[in-house]
Amino acid sequence: MDIHRQVKYEEELDKTFLEEIKVLSGAEDLDRCIQCGTCSSSCPMSIYMDSPPRKIIAQVKNGFKEEALRSFTIWLCSSCYTCQVRCPAKIEITEVMYALKRKAIEEKVYPQKFPIPVLDKEMTNLIKNYGRNSELWLILRLYLKSRNPIGLLKMAPLGLKLMKTGRMSLKREAIKERKQLKDLLKFLKEAT
Amino acid sequence: MRDYVYYPGCSLKGNSKHYEESILPVFKELGFPLEELEDWNCCGATAYFSIDDLMATAICGRNLSLAEKRQRNIMAPCAGCYLTLKKANKVLRENSEKARKINQALEKAGCPYHGGIEVKHPLEVLIEDIGLDLIKDKVRYKLKGLKVACYYGCQLVRPFTDFDDPDYPTSLDQLMETIGAQPVPYSAKTRCCGGSLTGTIEEVGKRLNFILLKEAKRRGADVIVTLCPLCQFNLEIFQDKMAKDYGEDVTMPILYFSQLMGLAFGLAKEDLGFNRSIIDLKPLWPKLTNGGIV
Ligand code: SF4
Ligand code: SF4
Repeated sequence: MDIHRQVKYEEELDKTFLEEIKVLSGAEDLDRCIQCGTCSSSCPMSIYMDSPPRKIIAQVKNGFKEEALRSFTIWLCSSCYTCQVRCPAKIEITEVMYALKRKAIEEKVYPQKFPIPVLDKEMTNLIKNYGRNSELWLILRLYLKSRNPIGLLKMAPLGLKLMKTGRMSLKREAIKERKQLKDLLKFLKEAT
Repeated sequence: MRDYVYYPGCSLKGNSKHYEESILPVFKELGFPLEELEDWNCCGATAYFSIDDLMATAICGRNLSLAEKRQRNIMAPCAGCYLTLKKANKVLRENSEKARKINQALEKAGCPYHGGIEVKHPLEVLIEDIGLDLIKDKVRYKLKGLKVACYYGCQLVRPFTDFDDPDYPTSLDQLMETIGAQPVPYSAKTRCCGGSLTGTIEEVGKRLNFILLKEAKRRGADVIVTLCPLCQFNLEIFQDKMAKDYGEDVTMPILYFSQLMGLAFGLAKEDLGFNRSIIDLKPLWPKLTNGGIV
């Protein structure tokens, strides 16, 4: 049996994490959280989360960087904004979740084959290159990248129904001014 | 500036063609024919914001610029697009370093944005600009006896809208009453459908939508009325599995408000995209055509 220390010593906490997430998310009132739990009890995804939103906010506030960034919670957040509109301290919790996702990707601590970040990445790539999303292409790339051929097979009956009702297109969608979009992203990158 | 340009977004050109097929004729019938925004790009949805906030806002800025050039406000029927474009519009109008950077890049790329337009959802346009009175005048067949659960989802009412309540909105209920349908009290009306999670983690998507369907059944609804392509899709696709997995049959058609409006206006049902329903509509038709002539 492996015995691990279950608490952290203060010097192990990341003192800069709170400020960093405040800037990344724009949630300047983050440290005004009173730990009331309204967010967790409002969150429709909390039944699946390893740490409900209240705990994530506490982790960010107190420098538990690893715990917050490695949590599944941030990927399960569907950005429904329920917590955010109900928070008595007016903390932009949804924006904090977004900021944590971006930070986890930047630090490469996100679950690499977990389908949610894979979907986000693949969709972003489609948009960067073509300006539009093509549903079928996105789904195919999602299952390819998350190495889940069985999942794809399971989707077949749904695919058939969508075919039958004319709701699945094989066409790759694209905008005309792809160059303008690429320029825009390039100029922005240069400026940051 | 009350003129709108129509921003379909990827869904209305993809799996939600029936939303486009019904919303265009309905607005035409009301005397506001919609024109599509030329060369619009994807709004980026929640995906892009999870990867890169600046870039995500910038690509929305391009859409805002295209509409501004034509001096039109944007009307976005997808609640996801609506929220995303609205959020970008807010950010780009702020006096911040972030806004300056993005606005400069937009300008350099030949699509400058000056903060001059608004983003609206068709429901908002119908209630606030067109008005329920005009809609009432257009009704030829009241959908009498049709019990509807009005489902708003999250992205339309939170957090940037002020035209309705974020927890218990009523605008769609009013609209449905105007066309003669009977909204049932539906406490789950703004509970999230899971968004893109249905495509990634099936158990989560299935369970969340089961909760929504079960509540609508319990309230005696014949149909759930939606205003977002993702909600519509998510509510439909797992219904066949739910009976087996959760031991309760919650089968129910999921329609767009625009499809029901089209019917009430007397438009041909063949032209309103009903053939695209995954759920069998046969049991529902007698109720849909029950209404008398006004
Ligand atoms: S609702 Fe707001 S104040 Fe309450 S625990 Fe959540 S973040 Fe903190
Ligand atoms: S925005 Fe995310 S964390 Fe907040 S209630 Fe919705 S799913 Fe939960």
